Amino acid sequence: MSVPTLDPSADDAILDVDGVSVWLSGREVLHDVRFRIMPGEFTGLIGSNGAGKTTLFRVILGLQASSTGSVLVGGRPLTRRNPIIGYVPQKVFLDPDMPLRARDVVALGLDGHRLGVPLGWGRRRQAVDAMLDAVDARRFADARVGNLSGGEQQRVLIAHALISRPRLLLLDEPLANLDIRAEGEVVALLARIAREQRIAVLISAHDVNPLLPVMDRLVYVAAGKTASGTTAEVIRAEVLSALYGQHVDVLRVHGRILVVAGAEGPSGVTVEETDGAAVGPDIVSLR
Amino acid sequence: MVNTWIAATLVAVIAGVVGFFVVLRGAAFVAHAIPHGAFGGAAGAVLIGVNPIAGLGVFAVGGALGIGWLGRRGRHDVATALALVLMLGLGALFLSFSVEYAAAIYSLLFGEVLGVPSDELLPIAGLGIACIAALAVLYRPLMLTSIAPEVAEARGVGAQRIETGFLLVVALAATMTVPVVGVLLMFSLMIGPAATAGSLTRSPRNAIALSVLLALATVWIAVAVSYLTNLPVGFFVGTLGAVSYGCARIWTARRRGRTAPA
Amino acid sequence: MNQVLRVLFAPGFFASGPVHAALVVGAVVALVTGAVGVFTVIRGQAFAGHALGEVGSAGGSAAFLGGANPLWGFMGIAVVAAGLIELLGLHRPRARDVATGLVLGAGLGLAALFLYLDATSSSTTGVAVTILFGSLFAVSQQMLPSIVALSAVSLVVIAVCYRMLLLSSLSSDLAAARGVPVRALGIAYLVIMAVAVSLAAETIGAILATALVVGPPATALRLTKRPGGALVVAGLIGVAAVWLGIVLAYDSYYWPPAGHGWPVSFFVVALVFLFYLVAGAVTGIAQARRSRRSESASRLAASGCAEHPGDAA
Repeated sequence: MSVPTLDPSADDAILDVDGVSVWLSGREVLHDVRFRIMPGEFTGLIGSNGAGKTTLFRVILGLQASSTGSVLVGGRPLTRRNPIIGYVPQKVFLDPDMPLRARDVVALGLDGHRLGVPLGWGRRRQAVDAMLDAVDARRFADARVGNLSGGEQQRVLIAHALISRPRLLLLDEPLANLDIRAEGEVVALLARIAREQRIAVLISAHDVNPLLPVMDRLVYVAAGKTASGTTAEVIRAEVLSALYGQHVDVLRVHGRILVVAGAEGPSGVTVEETDGAAVGPDIVSLR
Repeated sequence: MVNTWIAATLVAVIAGVVGFFVVLRGAAFVAHAIPHGAFGGAAGAVLIGVNPIAGLGVFAVGGALGIGWLGRRGRHDVATALALVLMLGLGALFLSFSVEYAAAIYSLLFGEVLGVPSDELLPIAGLGIACIAALAVLYRPLMLTSIAPEVAEARGVGAQRIETGFLLVVALAATMTVPVVGVLLMFSLMIGPAATAGSLTRSPRNAIALSVLLALATVWIAVAVSYLTNLPVGFFVGTLGAVSYGCARIWTARRRGRTAPA
Repeated sequence: MNQVLRVLFAPGFFASGPVHAALVVGAVVALVTGAVGVFTVIRGQAFAGHALGEVGSAGGSAAFLGGANPLWGFMGIAVVAAGLIELLGLHRPRARDVATGLVLGAGLGLAALFLYLDATSSSTTGVAVTILFGSLFAVSQQMLPSIVALSAVSLVVIAVCYRMLLLSSLSSDLAAARGVPVRALGIAYLVIMAVAVSLAAETIGAILATALVVGPPATALRLTKRPGGALVVAGLIGVAAVWLGIVLAYDSYYWPPAGHGWPVSFFVVALVFLFYLVAGAVTGIAQARRSRRSESASRLAASGCAEHPGDAA
């Protein structure tokens, strides 16, 4: 039940994205993206809707060819059907009309891509139960998955992705549509998995705040360009202004971060990080 | 009559199993379009004096591939609708040339209790076995692509290929229906029992089993009553399907209503 | 010139009464189904539209049994079925799909029953073929005023609700936020669709009605991006398909096997399908060319000035 450590140098990056650009129907969706993720690291991929996060995931999964640049997963070039990667997509069709239990969804993570009917029920059942325990989902293992709450469904999907023992877990907007409490629980669960099982987690989100307590590094995407590093390195007015190509302010309020388009700042003048006390009612947009 | 009974049983088992996946994938329109459109092929076969099963098979498979191909380029429901009406339009053309369409065509459309000669049982059984085998092979990828097509894709399962395979299975199932339930009502037999089973059970395995049982009950009752009253089989199949699903929904709603406030 | 005309239009085409009626009915119906069908396609209700048409065959056959014109039967039962589908009130896609399918199945079951009774009462199966596959040349002249009136009413309703329909088709939440009665509008739309489908059923048969409701609008939506334009283009494509179909069917009396006309419905359906394929091919080629050009152009621009200031999202 241990994570396979085939790689002799465990310190090497599990994911190495180097200078990736993607063109989709005549538009450059990603421009010169580069960052690295180490085993067991918790990384946030932060950006608004349409910034290119899902495209980047599709590149890492080998579903979308990049126009330039290279991606190494576990030190090797990209392949489809990469067993090192677990994936929780944003679009999952679970509705109450499907006769599927939570455990059926998790079991599909084990071997859903294989042809034929599943054999060896005892062993499968054990593996599924162990996984459901690991994400604290045993309670509703036999409930119809479409009737579960958003947070519970997210746990089931995480178990679905983890059961094939990946070393890198990609989650596309898992916090969208969750209430604040479920959000915190899912983030804590992911952080625990990253720490205990040394699985690298790359999670995309449009809001940086829920991830602040657990994030080791972040990759910020705006208009197809990225900046990566620790929170303190990236979430700064100069860095983000350069990314967006327009002036933005970074406000810190009670340990939370607001990134605000600065409408009035004269171009060329960099407004330093403002204190939370100075926040007026004229916040134009929250990202 | 015995032949009809055997054929009807085979058809019900297949419809029950295939229907589970039809309902899971929300593919009722396709499940309707393929058997229904295949009618055009049967009409053509009657016209040139070939066994209608051959015509049904050619049109069902052609329709499945055509819908798969068109659906990749445009909206899936539009592709299904247009492929269906094209096949039916051809059916109308063949019918207009046919001199002895009356009874044969009518039983193709709506089913007939005494319509199965013994030499058709073997092909029906063969097609049925092929259907079940194909579904057993595709079982897991079909489930995975139904809930998370992107994960399936990331794991090297081409959602398109699985979809085409599924359409071909529906085409096989459609071909078996020849005069038993009739092309118009085959899909009713796929959807009614499977949807009812889906709303009453939780695990896929139970849902498939219950779906087969309900399909068997539906067909047996329909054939028996049709034999007694001399009214078309399709009428009973269509009505029973809708009624059983309606009852199941009311029952689950009431059960939920009773448990919810507690 | 006369030679050409004679090849295109077989002798007697313009003198024939049934042909005149068919041309008028076909054109009117095609205009209505084109306008209504654009929303059917945008709202993803092709299955519901098709189901209403086929369910209508139960009404058509019942009407025949009672000695009424099939149109009233088509329409009566299609409106009831539309109400049922909406009343079941299922908004999740899978449940809606199943509910539509089962309403369709029950309707077809009834059609089987009534057609059987028709056949036993009149000892002919011609009724089944007429109801299911239609025959435009047999539309009775007395029905003309009713058909025109129904078409006019449908078009007026679509025109009045045009903007609301468009908004609610794009996003029902957005529409609800703007105060559009989304639920009522949905029911009203299904009823109008039921009327349009019934008109199409009267023209080219209950089980082929979908061809006119889905085909020309889907083709139009491939050719034009403006929804208003799509309504008009869809109508015109529909009229073209029906008229050409009538001409070909009339001419086909002189094709082999001699003395036997090919059914109009077949030609209409085949033409609709052909138009859809051609439109797909044309737009596919145009799109590929455009995207290739814009990609190379933007590549050039990107290499020319890497730090373009207007790049912000």
